[in-house]
Amino acid sequence: MAIHNREAFLDNLAEQLGRSRKMKVEPPLYSVHPQERVFQGATQEELVEKLEEQCKIIHTSFMRTDLERLGDRLRSVLLNYDVTKVVGAGGSRNEATGLTNFYQEMQSEGYDVHIWDEAKGRENVSFAERAGAGIVFSDITLAESGTVTLFNDRYNGRSISLLPETFIAIIPKSTLVPRMTQASQLIHEEEKKGNLVPSCVSFVTGPSNSADIEMNLIVGVHGPVKATYIIVDDL
Amino acid sequence: MSIKIGHKLYAERIQDGLNNAFMRKAVSSAQGRFRSGRLKAAEELGDWEDWRTLGEEIRSHTMENLDYYLHQLSEQVEKRGGTVFFAETAKEANEYIQEIAKKRQAKKVVKSKSMVTEEIGLNEALEKSGCEVVESDLGEWILQLDEDPPSHIVTPALHKNKEQIRETFRKKKGYTGSDDPVELAAFAREQLRQDFLEADIGVTGCNFAVAESGAITLVTNEGNARMVTSLPDTQISVMGMERIVPTWEDLEVVVSLLTRAAVGQKLTSYITALTGTRLEDEVDGPEDFHLVIVDNGRSKILGTEFQSALHCIRCAACINACPVYRHVGGHSYGSIYPGPIGAVLTPLLDGYDDHKDLPYASTLCAACTEACPVKIPLHEHLIRHREIIVEREKMTTKAEKMMMMGFAKWASTPAAYKLSTKMARTTLKPWTKEEYIEKGPGPMKGWTEQRDFPAPSKERFRDWYQKREQRSDQ
Repeated sequence: MAIHNREAFLDNLAEQLGRSRKMKVEPPLYSVHPQERVFQGATQEELVEKLEEQCKIIHTSFMRTDLERLGDRLRSVLLNYDVTKVVGAGGSRNEATGLTNFYQEMQSEGYDVHIWDEAKGRENVSFAERAGAGIVFSDITLAESGTVTLFNDRYNGRSISLLPETFIAIIPKSTLVPRMTQASQLIHEEEKKGNLVPSCVSFVTGPSNSADIEMNLIVGVHGPVKATYIIVDDL
Repeated sequence: MSIKIGHKLYAERIQDGLNNAFMRKAVSSAQGRFRSGRLKAAEELGDWEDWRTLGEEIRSHTMENLDYYLHQLSEQVEKRGGTVFFAETAKEANEYIQEIAKKRQAKKVVKSKSMVTEEIGLNEALEKSGCEVVESDLGEWILQLDEDPPSHIVTPALHKNKEQIRETFRKKKGYTGSDDPVELAAFAREQLRQDFLEADIGVTGCNFAVAESGAITLVTNEGNARMVTSLPDTQISVMGMERIVPTWEDLEVVVSLLTRAAVGQKLTSYITALTGTRLEDEVDGPEDFHLVIVDNGRSKILGTEFQSALHCIRCAACINACPVYRHVGGHSYGSIYPGPIGAVLTPLLDGYDDHKDLPYASTLCAACTEACPVKIPLHEHLIRHREIIVEREKMTTKAEKMMMMGFAKWASTPAAYKLSTKMARTTLKPWTKEEYIEKGPGPMKGWTEQRDFPAPSKERFRDWYQKREQRSDQ
């Protein structure tokens, strides 16, 4: 931890700008704010519709359910993808949503299930590397772009949503906001309050893709190849 | 690599480009798709001009206060366990990174796509210190295997077709599959996965750093940048010093502009904001994080009439709109930054000596300026470059100087002007076929090599005008 060569470097910039170093800058007042008008006043239900629409564009399966049937839904998704090795995010939400029971059931049925556990260190990553699907909860969901925002932390390792071939996001309906504007505002406000931003914030929009070969869209490159979003209405 | 690529002269590079039929077809179809994607995304979003205004205001405010925001950024990164190195030159940046590689006894380095590391020639530097360097962006990986420079800043291997790519994979990696892009990509996935898992160091660029929290944001689609920042224990991010925004709220605006202007996406598959090292109770992510902030000639642009060139968010919308790029392709520019922004930026970063032709690689149609999501007046910068090349740098050729002097004398001598306009048709008669000159003599050659020149009309404009005036008098 250190900062090297800073003062001479920044002094030079100030000199180029024809003034002395600035120690304080007032937050600027911008003349327009188009970002606040997108989906302004939309209801939660309208945002779900926008999200569903966008899922078609981002090659992502879209499902709706309620808490009671969440396990059944997950089971059918895994069956459909023919996946038997699953890595899931840890944390209190598993208990609150009944997923803990669900995972136990799956395990007894012969599925290989691993819940992210920081005490197990790198073993988590090795498991995720071999897993067919990763299951996470969305922290903030952006309707406009079909994006799941993940605050990666001790419970939600970066690898879960990255290494397995299939990405499954459970989206509590209450996490839906119009667009990245609201997610950024929230992080900005938290930062101002002194609550540190997570070491990794991942805005994930569907499976990975590339257009690097003759501009052909290839779905599935280094990250997941397939993605499913499950909206839970009563969460 | 450095900012300059190859040693061929501008005229030769242009000829290479014009003669490369596949590349020209690929570029024009790509331009069409990029352009319609951008326009559709802008229309869907609505208020595009307001968005551009806001983008310009954010970028302009940031540049005006760059010292303040870089200071804030470095404080925040340090607080989150990272080390910050300010590098005035490419050499300083490379030496610092070599030093880290040595300390970590690194054998393998995986990289995600980064233009600034191309600019400073980091790969060569790391290879010199004995590291194996693997580019993991699909396009960059193809180019690395083929030892070819990028021709576009968003899709670097745009000039290659799938048959060539299959051939490269076959020769360098023993690939036996077809030229189906999906199969080619699956092969890359499988090959590179092992590299990600084995690498000691991950190197990334930086689309935007966020000063208020110390986050480094990467805007990607393939997932390779997430691999590079999740799996190796050491992460080094290299950023051009201007690639920063004050707050998360500003970040959101420039990212919205970038993804739409670049590829017409509302957001790319991955927008990843990384802050410092992994926390103590976290398992993946780096335990050692270094941010290298590079000047390499940028500060000379600050405070000058070209300052807005530093507002660039590297979306390539200007490249995708440019009719000259369409015909000559990216390699003709002889710079890792091609197209209109490349023609503006390259002479500023690397001097006029090697790049004095670039400001002329433009029709000044202003399609670039119109496409730019942060309203950089690109074509005006190009005109200003030309003025400087002629007036201050005195770089015009002798022949051109003499021609211009001759022209001035001729055009300001009425008798000479009158005589030659009268004689033009007769003089050019031997080269004229059906009112067109297909192969002109002397100075006309340059024109007629590309397109036919209409023969001077039978009647001079002045004569015609006079007659017309007489007719209307009657």
